[in-house]
Amino acid sequence: MTDTPQQSVTATAGIEPGEPSTDVAPAREAAAPARSLTSDAWRQLRRKPAFWFSVVLIALFVAMAAFPGLFTSIDPRQVFDVRQEPSAEHWFGTDGQGYDIYSRTIHGARASILVGILTTVATTLIGGAVGILAAYFGGWLDTIVSRITDVFFAIPVLLGGILFMSAFPSDQSTPYLSVVLKVVAALTILGWPSLARLMRGSVLQVLPNDYIQAARALGASPWRIITKHVLPNSLAPILVVSTINLGVFIVAEATLSFLGIGLVPPAVSWGVAINEGLTFLRTFPHIPLFPSLFLSLGVLAFIMLGDAARDAFDPKSR
Amino acid sequence: MTTTTQPRGRRDAQATASDYRPGPDGLLLEVDDLHVEFHTEDGVARAINGVNFDLHAGETLAILGESGSGKSVTAQAIMGILDMPPAKIPRGAIRYCGQDLLTMPDEQRRKTRGPEISMIFQDALSSLNPVFPVGWQIAEMFRKHRGMNKSDATAQAVRLMERVQIPAAKQRVRAFPHQFSGGMRQRIMIAMAIALDPAVLIADEPTTALDVTVQAQIMALLAELQEERQMGLILITHDLGVVADVADRIAVMYCGRIMERADVLELYRRPAHPYTLGLLESIPRLDQKGQELSAIGGLPPNLLRLPSGCEFHPRCRFVQDVCRRDRPELTAVVGAAPGRESACHFSEEVHRG
Repeated sequence: MTDTPQQSVTATAGIEPGEPSTDVAPAREAAAPARSLTSDAWRQLRRKPAFWFSVVLIALFVAMAAFPGLFTSIDPRQVFDVRQEPSAEHWFGTDGQGYDIYSRTIHGARASILVGILTTVATTLIGGAVGILAAYFGGWLDTIVSRITDVFFAIPVLLGGILFMSAFPSDQSTPYLSVVLKVVAALTILGWPSLARLMRGSVLQVLPNDYIQAARALGASPWRIITKHVLPNSLAPILVVSTINLGVFIVAEATLSFLGIGLVPPAVSWGVAINEGLTFLRTFPHIPLFPSLFLSLGVLAFIMLGDAARDAFDPKSR
Repeated sequence: MTTTTQPRGRRDAQATASDYRPGPDGLLLEVDDLHVEFHTEDGVARAINGVNFDLHAGETLAILGESGSGKSVTAQAIMGILDMPPAKIPRGAIRYCGQDLLTMPDEQRRKTRGPEISMIFQDALSSLNPVFPVGWQIAEMFRKHRGMNKSDATAQAVRLMERVQIPAAKQRVRAFPHQFSGGMRQRIMIAMAIALDPAVLIADEPTTALDVTVQAQIMALLAELQEERQMGLILITHDLGVVADVADRIAVMYCGRIMERADVLELYRRPAHPYTLGLLESIPRLDQKGQELSAIGGLPPNLLRLPSGCEFHPRCRFVQDVCRRDRPELTAVVGAAPGRESACHFSEEVHRG
């Protein structure tokens, strides 16, 4: 294994200041007699700087989404002089409408995080459930599910999103939550088939194992076999991909908002801000810069987390 | 643990009364003219073609045969864990305590698995769920089938792990399957299979994946448990050595049929079927060192295209015209001890030697 020396290097170099060093020793001792895949994965993850970097970033973004007041006291709808350069008063300057960019970027996190998390949860639940049922029961159910996912694969996400959002357009009077839920619905409809496929594949790998046969031979019901034997053994891939997808959904939301059909003003979102800032790309590049930067960092954080989780859950990459 | 480990009672002493009562002479399981076929793209593979046997309490029946002779399919058909489709059971009955398992509603049948009929699998390394501690998996049997609470079930699991001779059971109850060796995992599988005191235990090549010393330990353990609980044990194996020590009766399978049936010592002493003879001759023996080991020539036939007449005739050294034409039924061997049966036109001659 070529990556063993590398890992020991990162393990020694990557002790994070944020990691409570006191509970490491007892935790390791407790883990020694009984190490499950999950506890192994956690030990692996704990040593990765990339994991902690993404966790801190995600925590920051979630805090922004939940309590924007912690970061800024300026109302994102308060108007100042337009197109100011960054200054002590307006850290990121002001945009074409005279809004404070820092405040709007902080408040914009909520839409992205909300869409990302809700869509991920919805796609994982729907895709996971459909995939597991299709694989376990097989037959005509599997055939139907596979054909439906095939159909969805033929629709590009952007095209599908545009179609959905123009079929159910939002305007300024639509309540915030229903705008967000519409975007979530559009992305969920387009996103679940790939997860269903993934789950189906991973369940099909688990099913031939003798412990499934053994469970049947010992009188376990189908429900019990699915929840206790199939699910825990086939969950890792879908969890990893869902984490990565979270970043992808944030991008998709920003794209739809950028095109003016996702979230619409007065809702504040990074996509909307980038769209509005685009006019000033040459003259006042700081206006689109900051929301773009936050968007990239947010997506990066989730994708890095997913990558770290994949490495930890995949025994072959160790 | 001597104070808490009590000899676990027979079936009637169990807390939950069984709905099934064995027949007057202890008859537990009756397999009657069982046929299993697999519908594949290439045609119908007839894996089991009319298997008959019965099993009494406290008896060990060994089913012996080459790979692909239908041993495991028979076991899976009895357990009801064949995947149907592609498998199909066009004919036959499997009666447990007089009730036909094949016509039973699915839910009722599922409830027989575990408390009534239970099974041990070939590959101990993969028959435990890797994500749960072994103790949890044993305790699950008590929690789900007996409705015990968690701590009682765990205590029972520890007791069972001690019964199957796992050292330091109390400490290891929380360990995961990958932390055990193959032999230890097979012991845990055995513990799970006997947890609910089944009347019938099917062991499908329980020692194939294990090394020789561990094989002997596992077989001894199985024999001991069977004696203790008076289970009916069906031992599926291709290992003639394993059978000799443990089994009471042997059924030799070939091409999904029983070719010969006999008490174990009788069979070893004087086989009454050319196939059995071939099998016995192919055991390496120290006193024949340096001589060529005799083997049965050829391969088992393709199940999609079974030969006419006797299935064994293309490989049989005593083959006659009648063998190619007529399929011999399993009948009593003339001039042999009662209970001796063989499916060969010349069983009498073979038996005489």
